[in-house]
Amino acid sequence: MLLELSDVRVHYGKVEALRGISLTVDEGEIVTLIGGNGAGKSTTLKTISGLRPVTSGTIHFEGRSVVDTPAHKLVERGLSHAPEGRGIFPGMTVVENLEMGAYARKGGRSMVTAELDRVYGLFPRLLERRSQPGGTLSGGEQQMLAIGRALMAGPKLLLLDEPSMGLAPMLVAQIFDIITEINRQGTTILLVEQNAAQALRRAHRAYVLETGRIVRSDTAAALLDDESVKAAYLGGDISPDDPEASGTPG
Amino acid sequence: MTAGAIYALIALGYTLVYGVLRLINFAHSEIFMIGIFASLFAIDGLGIDVTDSPKTGLTLALTLGAVMVVAMLTSGFLAVAIERIAYRPLRRRGAPRLAALITAIGVSLFLQELFAARYGREFLGFPRVLEKRKLFTFQGADVRSDKVLVIVAAVVLALALERFVARSRLGRGIRATAQDAETAALMGVNIDRVVMLTFFLGGVLAGAAGTLYGVFFESARYDIGFLPGIKAFTAAVLGGIGNIRGALLGGILLGLLEKWGATVLGGEWTDVFAFTVLVVVLMFRPTGLLGESLGRSRA
Repeated sequence: MLLELSDVRVHYGKVEALRGISLTVDEGEIVTLIGGNGAGKSTTLKTISGLRPVTSGTIHFEGRSVVDTPAHKLVERGLSHAPEGRGIFPGMTVVENLEMGAYARKGGRSMVTAELDRVYGLFPRLLERRSQPGGTLSGGEQQMLAIGRALMAGPKLLLLDEPSMGLAPMLVAQIFDIITEINRQGTTILLVEQNAAQALRRAHRAYVLETGRIVRSDTAAALLDDESVKAAYLGGDISPDDPEASGTPG
Repeated sequence: MTAGAIYALIALGYTLVYGVLRLINFAHSEIFMIGIFASLFAIDGLGIDVTDSPKTGLTLALTLGAVMVVAMLTSGFLAVAIERIAYRPLRRRGAPRLAALITAIGVSLFLQELFAARYGREFLGFPRVLEKRKLFTFQGADVRSDKVLVIVAAVVLALALERFVARSRLGRGIRATAQDAETAALMGVNIDRVVMLTFFLGGVLAGAAGTLYGVFFESARYDIGFLPGIKAFTAAVLGGIGNIRGALLGGILLGLLEKWGATVLGGEWTDVFAFTVLVVVLMFRPTGLLGESLGRSRA
């Protein structure tokens, strides 16, 4: 098992944001967490990557506890997180942003060049834009940059927070194709999405989060066919252009 | 211009720390003050006496270099210590920014009074290290060797910092943290170490500024950092706080403007004029002349 959360509780002040989350991610999988706004999806990812302190419960990555490991150490261990809202460094160029992704890595220039080539292979658009400041990119390009940058760390596990947020339907499909491709190349993925239809089509397994608790877990295919999931998260209509998915402007 | 170059060096410390923590480190003027004292003690330590004649050539370069290294390290480590003791505990507990600001003012007063208690409230004189020789006259103004030296040293140091932040790996860590600390942590940047580094760099430059100020104005007192500190802060805001080139530009510009104001209006109007300029600039450009954050500036 690559990642295992067991009864994880997290508080924001007095508010309990995660009320005992247990989940697992196996090597090679795409696992998705779906759920509405404020269900605790992003908090779960931030907790895994060490940005939020755990009140109680355990988190194991490759069998070792990471509950008290600071975020910057976890990157070195192979856990990479493309955050909510993309987190592009606006004043840095596309290349500089990508190189930041390899900040924690040892391996010198040749390793960085090799990783850059791999990322440009997945996202030719980033190669075209490489000397442009990150802040001037479109929403879709920024999302590509966020994913590409997370890959620069050479992760075993990639955490993706709402990669489809605010993107046009065409782009959403494209981003999900690339996510599938990254997984096929050997990176395990834990994906948080409001666009449940797309996420469930691409993932192997899924968890449904409601107000800080996991209320369902099953194979993605089973949840995609489930009537209650359809009603709550797929709006009865499983078209890729989920209107709920359009978020912040780009 | 000489004063401006020194303002610029001090301003870099305000701007670096502000860029990363959004904190105005009011204790920075005392980090500068202690740089002046450290320089004085280093000069004493080298056995230089008030009766000695000023140094020239290689002796001057070596003396100044040694004194400056002592002052830079003293101020650098002091700045780091202040961060560890006074600011970091507040950050850990998620205290509001106002608490950190008040703490900064408290640290500033504490250090002033500490030095007043230990070294008295009178001016301490420096032995003359820099020869004040007239090199040539330019448009009716005397160009003096000591002025040239101070300006060149300050500009070289400021540019070195700018290059460091723009080019080095650690510098990139500083810029990333300034733009988005949480994401920087996700990239493997150790935020605590970046904060420590920015305080250290700011302190080192304030220490260097202390040496230059000390050998140029040749006096030290517990409250000597206050006015240059406020002026440097003004310079940082004038150029656009958080912006390294802005601090440089703001410092030099403020130095020139106040000199010009003093010439036109009379010396007693220097400070009035300087702060009037600040208010007017901010009315039209609230984010300062270059107006970018440390992170956004591509510098």
